[in-house]
Amino acid sequence: MPTAEDLSGFANLETLDSDDLGKLARAGREVSFPAAYRVIQEGQRADRCWLIRSGRISLDAQVSGRDDIVVQTLDAGDLLGWSWLVPPYRWHFGALTTEPVDAVEFDSATLTGLCEDDPRFGRDLILALFEALLARLQATRARLADLYRDPAEFRVSAQLPGTATAETP
Amino acid sequence: MSADVQAQAAAASDTMLPYRVVRRTAPTHDTVTLTLEPVRRAAGRFRAGQFMMLYSFGVGEIAISISGDPTGRGDVLEHTIRKVGAVSGALSSTGVGGLVGVRGPFGTGWDVESAAGGDLVVVGGGVGLAPLRPLVLAALADRGSYRRVVVITGARTPADLLFAGDQESWVRDGSVELHRTVDHPSPQWPGRVGFVTEPLAQLHLDPARTTGFLCGPEPMMRFCAQALLRKNVPGDRIRVSLERTMECGVARCGHCQLGPLLLCRDGPIVTYTVAEPLLGVREL
Ligand SMILES: Cc1cc2nc3c(=O)[nH]c(=O)nc-3n(C[C@H](O)[C@H](O)[C@H](O)COP(=O)(O)OP(=O)(O)OC[C@H]3O[C@@H](n4cnc5c(N)ncnc54)[C@H](O)[C@@H]3O)c2cc1C
Ligand code: FES
Repeated sequence: MPTAEDLSGFANLETLDSDDLGKLARAGREVSFPAAYRVIQEGQRADRCWLIRSGRISLDAQVSGRDDIVVQTLDAGDLLGWSWLVPPYRWHFGALTTEPVDAVEFDSATLTGLCEDDPRFGRDLILALFEALLARLQATRARLADLYRDPAEFRVSAQLPGTATAETP
Repeated sequence: MSADVQAQAAAASDTMLPYRVVRRTAPTHDTVTLTLEPVRRAAGRFRAGQFMMLYSFGVGEIAISISGDPTGRGDVLEHTIRKVGAVSGALSSTGVGGLVGVRGPFGTGWDVESAAGGDLVVVGGGVGLAPLRPLVLAALADRGSYRRVVVITGARTPADLLFAGDQESWVRDGSVELHRTVDHPSPQWPGRVGFVTEPLAQLHLDPARTTGFLCGPEPMMRFCAQALLRKNVPGDRIRVSLERTMECGVARCGHCQLGPLLLCRDGPIVTYTVAEPLLGVREL
């Protein structure tokens, strides 16, 4: 079982106090995955999430007629798995380890139970998760803005109606 | 520096000197690194983060940061140029033996020495890594003076990552904690896929002893600065490089004005405390 101290190393959880981290740690279990292991299959039931302690996981999407597309990688310190929070509780992306991974695994039923028993803990946990999710959303938007692209290409696309611009909102 | 000495230095930098291209490499499909040697007289020694005005004969003159080693031979210049328009295109296609006019060095530097005893967090996106390379090389030449040297680099694709060979050697001897990330991976890419703010957000920093050095597209620098501020790194210890079109390079023409600053003189490197209120100002 992980300790509160282990979890305090995760930047995403730094807003939780040591009691809350202890409560969360007791709900988690340590797991290890070999390289090239499929942790998540797109479309299947989302009933768990993981805090990655070491290694790297790629998130991929199936696109017919193409190999799976890697949309993002997750590394030590990152949280894998959001879809357990909201219906229809299905994974939207697949997850494949690209190297051996050590992680702390939580099952969603236990987490949901803890949040229902102690709404204050629930609110703090969800806020911490929300902050991590917001950071990921902003990073994804920045990537969508394609900031490193040659600005000459933007000038061409700016003349076409309905095309994106360089700045994020 | 007295006003006289300052005026003399400015006059010396303002003289255009002929340099010859002695080496030309193409680190990515749209960038070229030129190594230049003086034909007669060399420009003054440069500091990491400064720029030169490079003149392509008959085409025009633009500001280009120095990407070479500030601790190396003082007379040799290295510049990494992205082909985006007429002048950058003409400079990029100057072959070995070709001549380029050089004025400078100009502008403020990264002043890495002022971060001695602390941790350096260097974030470069796209061609923004070019002005940061001298900073990293200066820190590595005096490695004992710094604690952690963290370098985060971002690019569109693995093939767009600048100075790949350098980056590999920095990690090989353990001098640098390197995080490389791309927007669009190739199937063989073993590294991170994501934006530079993501590895930055995962760092455990000692905010009182960290200095951030950011260079890349302005929105990238803004997001990275915000990530550092969230980690309690003070705004006046986050340095960013601001680029505006330069013409004279010596605070005379006003082309590079941004708010109260003339960036050829007061920049291009300023603290985030100074930059933040100006970043929304497109031109003045
Ligand atoms: C202090 C400073 C340091 C610089 N350092 C470098 C460097 O190390 N390497 C480098 O390649 N460039 C650097 N630049 C940019 C360079 O000075 C030119 O602005 C750029 O190369 C475009 O010049 P051009 O005449 O070829 O294109 P232009 O004909 O002026 O522009 C063509 C189009 O390119 C776009 N453009 C303008 N500036 C830039 C830019 N900075 N980056 C991308 N697209 C641009 C504009 O949309 C413009 O309309 C620096 C600029 C400054 C102010
Ligand atoms: S470039 Fe002329 S004032 Fe700065």
